[in-house]
Amino acid sequence: MADRTTIVVASGDMDKLYSALIIATGSLSMGMDVSLYFTFWGLERLKKGGLEKGPLSKMHMLGLGKLFMLSRMKKAHVATLERLMRDFKELGGKIIACEMTMEIMGVSRQSLREDLIDEYGAVGAYIHDARQSSITLFI
Amino acid sequence: MAEIRIDVRGETCPVPLVEMRKALRRAQPGDIVEIIGTHPASQKEIPMAVEALSLELLSVEGTPNDWTIRIRR
Repeated sequence: MADRTTIVVASGDMDKLYSALIIATGSLSMGMDVSLYFTFWGLERLKKGGLEKGPLSKMHMLGLGKLFMLSRMKKAHVATLERLMRDFKELGGKIIACEMTMEIMGVSRQSLREDLIDEYGAVGAYIHDARQSSITLFI
Repeated sequence: MAEIRIDVRGETCPVPLVEMRKALRRAQPGDIVEIIGTHPASQKEIPMAVEALSLELLSVEGTPNDWTIRIRR
């Protein structure tokens, strides 16, 4: 059985999504399985058209900081979140959407990118994967 | 046996590593994957990934800013 990385994606901030997706695609590339558990503000990024919409966690400055960061990232040839997500799914990564968050924040399945989501679950789904993981992170 | 060539010059973390993995998944056992790149950290991490995947690292050539790595699946 391959080793696993399990990450709780609780933040919807752009930079934190990058951290999560880079660690996730890196893990898959090195032969591990990966589960990403999207909850709270992280779940906002699974909404249709939502993946690239997150603010910067620091120095967002009403969007100016994010624009500056994006232009620097473009110069450095950093992949977009959409590309990282595509690679994540192509390499067999698994996405779990938190059902409690959907309930309390009034998020319907139709408003989410259902093609990306492998499972709708609660804490048990996270623990099930996390207990078989050598890497678990909360981002 | 086929030889697959991947050009990730100019690309940064994690793209070289991810493209290596995608190419290896497409390759058949025995095929050779050659990756050329310019991102220094990738020159170090790709051999680590090859070891983790239990594949054969054939060669690492060039400099940290301009390298070629060959892997046999």
